[in-house]
Amino acid sequence: MKITLSHHRDARGFALGPFLIFIALIVFLGIGLTLNPREIPSPLIDKPAPAFALPQLHQPEAQLKLADMAGKVWLLNVWASWCVACREEHPVLIDFAKRGVLPIVGLNYKDKRADALGWLQQFGDPYTTSIVDAEGRVGIDYGVYGVPETFLIDGKGRIRHKHIGPVTPEVLEKELLPRIKELQGA
Amino acid sequence: MRKFITGLCLLLTTTTFAASPEAALDARATRLEEQLRCLVCQNQSIAESQADLAMDLKRQVREMLVAGKSEAEVRDYMVERYGDFVLYDPPMQTGTLLLWLGPFLLLLGALGAFFWRLRQRGKAPADTMLDPAELARAHALLNNDAPHTDKPA
Repeated sequence: MKITLSHHRDARGFALGPFLIFIALIVFLGIGLTLNPREIPSPLIDKPAPAFALPQLHQPEAQLKLADMAGKVWLLNVWASWCVACREEHPVLIDFAKRGVLPIVGLNYKDKRADALGWLQQFGDPYTTSIVDAEGRVGIDYGVYGVPETFLIDGKGRIRHKHIGPVTPEVLEKELLPRIKELQGA
Repeated sequence: MRKFITGLCLLLTTTTFAASPEAALDARATRLEEQLRCLVCQNQSIAESQADLAMDLKRQVREMLVAGKSEAEVRDYMVERYGDFVLYDPPMQTGTLLLWLGPFLLLLGALGAFFWRLRQRGKAPADTMLDPAELARAHALLNNDAPHTDKPA
């Protein structure tokens, strides 16, 4: 037995509100899918690069300081022999180093010296200079949280760009090279 | 036996007292570590996380506290390097205004809609009334269904 009393009401008015909320939710969720929560914007962009003075990988008695790189546009590439994604980006860096566009300094992060040297011997060495951050302290200063990370630093010693994750040929051409060209032209 | 228990109690109190400055530092460090997000495993604080970076950041927190830095200084140090993301309690800024005020806006909106609906309902009582045809149908149905009849429904 059915008694319907509500057929005077406009049923459309009831359904429209929830439907619009549903659409808005879908749009927000859709936008959320395109974001990568792993990529946290660095607060260090356009700020002076934190100073460091670290021993070199090949000659531990020699140091490289941030000031030594003054006047140059250069890349600081954070890597480790235990880092799987670093293997993925390594050939890209090797190829890029051959083009001689700019100095690439390798920051060997929380690694063992023997492992790091063996790794470079096995896969090739794209770095102008390799420095060692065994305890990860310079890593903290640079806000490193996921290796590999690559910083682009300008002639005045400011961080201009940070790439988190492996450098792919696409990242190199679309993200890094245009910025490098711009900084080198300035 | 009684001597032993007294001795044990004394021993326990002395050790607690001796450890107290260290325990205080520990408590401060832990409180801070619980407010800092681990960037590797993003839904854990560095206090909970066993990730390598979390261990390094915990070491950093403790070293800074031992060096006499305040808790605010340690927090600022982390924010300078990792951004506001490292804080579990995001600061009120233009970028986070919606986050802070959003729930109150939603509540206001819901209350507004609720009272608006109540008023609409009050204004149109005729809407819920039955027209004569409906009334007749309802009567017919009710009579049909009246108790103490053996007629099938």
